[in-house]
Amino acid sequence: MTARTVLHQADITRALTRISHEILESNRGSSDLILLGIPKRGVILANRLGAILDGIEPGAVKVGALDVTMYRDDLAKNPTRAPYPTAIPAGGIDGKTIVLVDDVLFSGRTIRAALNAINDLGRPRAVRLAALVDRGHRELPIRADFVGKNLPTSLTERIHVRLEETDGVDEVTIE
Amino acid sequence: MRHLLSTKDLARDEAIAILDIAEDMADVANREVKKLPALRGKTVVNLFFEDSTRTRISFEAAAKRLSADVINFSAKGSSVSKGESLKDTAQTLAAMGADAVVIRHGASGAPATLAQSGWIDAGIVNAGDGTHEHPTQALLDAFTIRRRLHGNAARGKGLDGVTVTIVGDILHSRVARSNVWLLTTLGAHVHLVAPATLVPIGIGNWPVTVGYDLDAAIADKPNVIMMLRIQSERMHAAFFPNAREYSREWGLDDERLAKLPTGSLVMHPGPMNRGLEISANAADSAQSTVLEQVANGVSIRMAVLYLLLAGGAE
Repeated sequence: MTARTVLHQADITRALTRISHEILESNRGSSDLILLGIPKRGVILANRLGAILDGIEPGAVKVGALDVTMYRDDLAKNPTRAPYPTAIPAGGIDGKTIVLVDDVLFSGRTIRAALNAINDLGRPRAVRLAALVDRGHRELPIRADFVGKNLPTSLTERIHVRLEETDGVDEVTIE
Repeated sequence: MRHLLSTKDLARDEAIAILDIAEDMADVANREVKKLPALRGKTVVNLFFEDSTRTRISFEAAAKRLSADVINFSAKGSSVSKGESLKDTAQTLAAMGADAVVIRHGASGAPATLAQSGWIDAGIVNAGDGTHEHPTQALLDAFTIRRRLHGNAARGKGLDGVTVTIVGDILHSRVARSNVWLLTTLGAHVHLVAPATLVPIGIGNWPVTVGYDLDAAIADKPNVIMMLRIQSERMHAAFFPNAREYSREWGLDDERLAKLPTGSLVMHPGPMNRGLEISANAADSAQSTVLEQVANGVSIRMAVLYLLLAGGAE
């Protein structure tokens, strides 16, 4: 099957800029806001969102990474995977508003794992979810608050998010 | 990873992967909830035929932090003292549904026997077998050295160019053997210093240099000096005249401590014989990593248990 590009670099940048404004709007400013990216590409997207937010309201938003490997429900069904580092910004997450950032929202199981991981780290005031692509096929009652693009897909299709920092190019393809 | 029996089997990238995962595991100790759910529902058996404080407690803490259930078994007070064989003990544990067995045994090769026997289908971790190997100790030593040298930027790095001098009873030391293989794999240079009577036969085939003079070794300014315990329980012959002479020739006393380059590390796998192989001042100095080694041991053992147990069939 051939791959079709659905988001180019400019589309990704525009989507992230819009999401940044939506985050600020729903949070009524950037106070007590923490962006937590889910490795690998969620962390890159969280950093980019953080940079854009910093341009709009300098200095207020903190960015970190949250690895969910240990909390996955399919750990025993797959070969062992190495965890990625978790980096929680200084000051912790208690009473803060967390925006989880991931590249593709699919079954919702990764987000379920992330919610459990957050539970072990503290008690945030609220947890929101931002995803670059929502491809549907949820298996859990989870939805995103901020979506870059809704992509209706069939289960046989594969979505690839490639980002400059890891893959040398910014694009989202479907095959 | 199916078993961890020896550091000789570890390739460089595998060893670095274990150290990197241990970095992530170390972060758990600073969290509000010091527990990860990764090994929920798995059973880890600590099968200890020899005495141990820190290794057994360390494995127990590691397994519990990963939410595994732990069964502690020590040979004293068990049916082993009634003459039960390793095979029967292993089959008993298998029947109880052990997922991993952490074994310490006085006989070299006992963990390998258990892993290859087919008596039990669990992952086997060697926690010290006779005078053969003690792989998790070497891994935690390497982890401690890497953390002291590179701090937060340690991930993905080896120990290239680091010089490690290991001093003491090389002949009986499984810690020394495991460290020689692992540290060399990671790119460090290992120098061994010991009384000639405590140097094993066939050391010419090891990837190390050997000396007999501790002062000369210290004059070479090693990055790390690792003092080994004098294992009186394995000393069945007169290897050196008496403890005082050993201490004078091969012990890290205050005078030698002062001659070590600043920033060098003083390591000891514990338990220490203070005043014999290491002076109290050396053991408590800022250069000493003894307590860090214990703390890092939990992280390393978490990483090993995670790699052994978390994944399904490949």
